[in-house]
Amino acid sequence: MTNCEKWIAFETIVRREIHRFLRIWPQTLLPPVITIVLYFVIFGTLIGSRIGEMSGLPYIQFVAPGLIMMSVITNSYSNVVSSFFGSKFQRNIEELLVSPTPNWIILLGFVVGGMCRGLGVGLVVTVLSLYFADFSIHSLPVTVGIVLMTSLMFSLAGLINAVFARNFDDISIIPTFVLTPLTYLGGVFYSIDLLGDFWSKVSMINPVLYMVNAFRYGIAGISDIPVYWAFGMVGMFSVVLFFVALNLLEKGSRLRS
Amino acid sequence: MEPALAISQLNKTYEGDFQALKGISLEVQPGDFFALLGPNGAGKSTTIGIICSLVLKTSGKVSIFGCDIDRDFSQAKQHVGVVPQEFNFNQFEKPVDILINQAGYFGIPRDIAAERAEKYLRQLGLWDKSHVPSRTLSGGMKRRLMIARALIHEPKLLVLDEPTAGVDIELRRSMWEFLREINAQGTTIILTTHYLEEAESLCRNVAIIDHGEIIQNTSIRALLQQLNKELFVLDIREQLSECPSIQGYPITLVDDHTLEVEVEKSQSINELFDALSSAGIHVLSMRNKTNRLEELFFDLVEKNLSGAKND
Repeated sequence: MTNCEKWIAFETIVRREIHRFLRIWPQTLLPPVITIVLYFVIFGTLIGSRIGEMSGLPYIQFVAPGLIMMSVITNSYSNVVSSFFGSKFQRNIEELLVSPTPNWIILLGFVVGGMCRGLGVGLVVTVLSLYFADFSIHSLPVTVGIVLMTSLMFSLAGLINAVFARNFDDISIIPTFVLTPLTYLGGVFYSIDLLGDFWSKVSMINPVLYMVNAFRYGIAGISDIPVYWAFGMVGMFSVVLFFVALNLLEKGSRLRS
Repeated sequence: MEPALAISQLNKTYEGDFQALKGISLEVQPGDFFALLGPNGAGKSTTIGIICSLVLKTSGKVSIFGCDIDRDFSQAKQHVGVVPQEFNFNQFEKPVDILINQAGYFGIPRDIAAERAEKYLRQLGLWDKSHVPSRTLSGGMKRRLMIARALIHEPKLLVLDEPTAGVDIELRRSMWEFLREINAQGTTIILTTHYLEEAESLCRNVAIIDHGEIIQNTSIRALLQQLNKELFVLDIREQLSECPSIQGYPITLVDDHTLEVEVEKSQSINELFDALSSAGIHVLSMRNKTNRLEELFFDLVEKNLSGAKND
């Protein structure tokens, strides 16, 4: 395949992925927006007004970056895991496997598709959050950089989950038992300064903590951890996940007999 | 000229040590219409799966128009279009989108892909369904959609795994016509089928595979010449109350206007007609009772099975 043909193949996969989540928008775009609005109403406005400040910020301004990041994480992940597993389940992944499209293009196509949904939902949630909270951007490069890298990392993780999944239960195990706890314990709703020394150290092995804090730094200028750690951590995870996912596709694990 | 398909010492062992292919070798020449026949579980679909890289081979070599599927992965795939046995497209997408996307995976620009999609959907009688969700298509339409999808990148080798399974006779005939047409235009076709009259009608050469081994690889004509005897059904003008007896030709009276006669390859049908005429019996029409290739197929597979048991 020439580079031009590879670009066409990549563009086709991304276009198909975007078309897929737009076509089923009541399942893909609407629920996360409603969920996040409920979070803003309950944790931000109703309960948040009684909490007062967290790390020197009004509580609603403290949780807003975490909620935006949470929507980016869950949507990036769930788009790739459901689309790729759906393709495996219906066997239309074979359309790609019989084509000359290199595996790294297939991987990038699905990942960029997932990022489009994650970032799209993140953007909608950001716009909605302006209705509840008044905030400005402290550092645009940090904000954009960390949100892109986080979306990339969770899209890659979603693809790996989809490759291993044998049934629909398998694609909900990781989001339910790993992703949700990591997100809730990743400093979305509280500062790790509130935790004791031990739990504060335990929290440091949670990658979501780094992402949420870096994003909060980008928006509000405060963070529980150094921002460069966050970029290093997310970058390292993304590289590892990329090569794991590529290796799975190259070996044809659970895709080719 | 490079063969359209060259398979050498191809082995496939699945998990659990099931050996699906036992070192098969096979060549298909460019422009051929080739039948790959065999009973269920013989290894046909595994062979096709390896050709189109959905199945990973254990050992052996496969090349398509001289391109090795391991070394010239990309080029080899450009040459092949595959129509699998089961529906494997996104049932929620529209036929036109399925075709345009498939073209995209082969690096074909969108405008050219759209033109080709229209051309093949029209040729296969699906254009009026091009913008409906593909899950609403009938079984026959879905099969034709998969043929259109396999042709969208205009491959030199088209592999069809039981393309007419479950398709009604009229549609099957129209698909045969279409396949003959694209074969005449130069596309090499490999077909697996359980309808042996389909193979006899369409294909020039045949390989019969059983228990992972090629047990016959020859032309259809040469294969049919192996038939020792055929059973003919004769429609008779006269009403017969008892079965006539003609020396050398075993005859059965089916009903009072129908006879079945066994004719060996060395015998003459003219002699049979002369003898019937002398007995005052006039033949109105005649046909083969069974499909000739089917007879041979069963014969070969039976022999292979008893050979395997004796081993």
